[in-house]
Amino acid sequence: MAVKKTSKKPNVSADELLGYYREMLLIRRFEEKAGQLYGMGLIGGFCHLYIGQEAVVVGLEAATKEGDKRITSYRDHGHMLACGMDPKGVMAELTGREGGYSKGKGGSMHMFSAEKHFYGGHGIVGAQVPLGAGLAFSDKYKGNDNVTFAYFGDGAANQGQIYETFNMAVLWALPVIFVIENNQYAMGTSQKRSTSTPDLYTRGEAFGIPGEIVDGMNVLAVKEASEKAVAHCRSGEGPYILEVKTYRYRGHSMSDPAKYRTREEVQKMREERDPIEQIRSMLLTGKHATEDELKAIDKEIKATVNESAEFAKESPEPHLDELWTDIYAENLPQETA
Amino acid sequence: MAIELLMPALSPTMEEGTLAKWLVKEGDTVKSGDILAEIETDKATMEFEATDEGIVGKILIAEGTEGVKVNTPIALIGEEGEDMSAPEPAAATEKPDDTPAVAAPAAPAVVSESAIEFAPSDTSPDWPAGTEMKSMTVREALNEAMCEEMERDENVFMIGEEIGEYQGAYKISQGMLDKFGEKRIIDTPITEHGFTGIAVGAAFGGLRPIVEFMTWNFAMQAIDQIINSAAKTLYMSGGQMGAPMVFRGTNGAAARVGAQHSQDYAAWYAMVPGLKVVMPYSAADAKGLMKTAIRDNNPIIFLENEILYGRSFEVPVMDDFTIPFGKAKIEVEGSDVTIVSFGIGMTYAMQAAEKLAEDGISAEVINLRTLRPIDYATILESVKKTNRCVTVEEGWPVGSIGNHLGATIMQEAFDYLDAPVINCTGKDVPMPYAANLEKHALLTTDEVIAAVKKVTYR
Repeated sequence: MAVKKTSKKPNVSADELLGYYREMLLIRRFEEKAGQLYGMGLIGGFCHLYIGQEAVVVGLEAATKEGDKRITSYRDHGHMLACGMDPKGVMAELTGREGGYSKGKGGSMHMFSAEKHFYGGHGIVGAQVPLGAGLAFSDKYKGNDNVTFAYFGDGAANQGQIYETFNMAVLWALPVIFVIENNQYAMGTSQKRSTSTPDLYTRGEAFGIPGEIVDGMNVLAVKEASEKAVAHCRSGEGPYILEVKTYRYRGHSMSDPAKYRTREEVQKMREERDPIEQIRSMLLTGKHATEDELKAIDKEIKATVNESAEFAKESPEPHLDELWTDIYAENLPQETA
Repeated sequence: MAIELLMPALSPTMEEGTLAKWLVKEGDTVKSGDILAEIETDKATMEFEATDEGIVGKILIAEGTEGVKVNTPIALIGEEGEDMSAPEPAAATEKPDDTPAVAAPAAPAVVSESAIEFAPSDTSPDWPAGTEMKSMTVREALNEAMCEEMERDENVFMIGEEIGEYQGAYKISQGMLDKFGEKRIIDTPITEHGFTGIAVGAAFGGLRPIVEFMTWNFAMQAIDQIINSAAKTLYMSGGQMGAPMVFRGTNGAAARVGAQHSQDYAAWYAMVPGLKVVMPYSAADAKGLMKTAIRDNNPIIFLENEILYGRSFEVPVMDDFTIPFGKAKIEVEGSDVTIVSFGIGMTYAMQAAEKLAEDGISAEVINLRTLRPIDYATILESVKKTNRCVTVEEGWPVGSIGNHLGATIMQEAFDYLDAPVINCTGKDVPMPYAANLEKHALLTTDEVIAAVKKVTYR
């Protein structure tokens, strides 16, 4: 199957386009700021940026409703912003501060929001996929029509537990959308060098899971595919696979020497396929917005991101007592009798 | 206003680097994403990208400079027409606060605080005196406990291999499919890693799974999900979500099943913060602890034993019989030596105590029941009374539960000891198949007796 372009003329309103523009731009500016803070030593450890992949989460989230769940790997900042988590809390977790979503105890790769049904943020490649199917299992068990988005990359697609999960997801008709964010490089290993099949979504065929390839640089194409997958899952038909072809502009993590691809390859993608530029030009050529209006949005987003960075710097480090909390959940007296 | 470009930290451990090459020169216009310089870190040569638009003003650090500390200003970026001949005062720049770039280790202060809490020993009986008792096997006790809890809470379900239609490889779930239906008694394919992950996810989603591993040996396939996902998520999420669930199955050696099917995981799991670890001995332990495990809001490792499944013990007839975690049971009172054990190890400890009594040695036998939390108080009080201790377990000697107890007793009751603590364990070998070899690899009652005689100098 070839990469699908949005077939029809996009039937979207100016407001919708502006919304996507705003959300994608927030992710990009946030990630650029995170990169800066990392360079300044304010963010430590591993930090995996989402720059280039913004259309994937923004498009997928466009088809969700309250109650739907999402879970992903360690490249998770974009997912958190796209599901409505507060940039301040995310940035403060990156700096390891008390105001972070995990009180500074999780870091970039391990962040959660019960309120927004964001189940992490997982550092072990592929482990989030059975967990995601388990979340879908819990919704099916309870008898509601929520769906779960289980995101993983082309690298994780070679982990055995993914296929164990595919099998059970079909056997038990779990309402889970497996989203393969194929950014073409598993750390420094290109898909060609790591993967026997050119199209990863076809691996679901052996289990009878329908799937398709989506142009992950085009937010409208992603949204359209997401709606289709969500409708399938919500109606009780079982799992669905979306292989979203995308590209990360930055390194795998902050300490990536980038020897496995050329600067030209990255530059070409940025110049010709950039998801934010695509929407920007659509807004301008369709006369949905003026340069000045877009500039005002840029300014507003920059301010939001700067505020989050300020918060993340000013929030205090967690109190030393936090070392010893949240290891065990409390049991209410009546629970253990 | 010119912005100072600072020497970036480009790896988790970088403190300084070499500014290998400038790819821009003074006066160049740059935009976000343009490569400004190549910087050599401790790991690799990295490209340093611009994150803002502007014009390269003054280059402050020449290419080829080695040992440039992270956060040193290396160039100025400004807007067109701006005078950038001199650096702006520091106040105008985005500078990190005083926190060092690579955080120095925090002051040890509170951190060295012991994680071991010595609550006073709880010696209350497990059930009131005069309670009606009935004889029951460990297998029946486990089944009854799970059935009672599934009736009590509809969010409890059971998942595993052959637990439904087959009625359980060891018949622990016998009859449960008929009672609760296939929604709640879920047969899985042979796919431990996958179904364990699904169960942990279901627990994140608000259910209370009981995961049966046909044996704990097979849980090795799933140990990442048990430790990295189930045990750590509560902490990593700052208390927002965790995994209230029970992982259970038969653990340790059975008979003649060889190395891959005969391993005791007690010490492995007891090491992990975030897990609670239960290893029952009697049917009453099995029933009361299983009910507590299912109600607990944390991931529980419940280590059963095939040889004990068929043994019968007295179990109290009560509406709701539970045993709290962290409460050891003194099975035999004595004054000359303390024998501490758990699970199948208790059979050797009990036999040894009986034979030792014939020789006039009074052994106190402590059944730990839970290995996380451990009831240190009961052990220490007993050792302070008997002044000697032997630990008994089936697992391997290195990094055993006995090692940990020995160290704790040494720290907390050194002056009371009249002899070194001896750890009786399985032998330091993979389990052999041959009958004679297997017998020698396993712990024996005679070894426990010999250890007691050694510490009592008999």
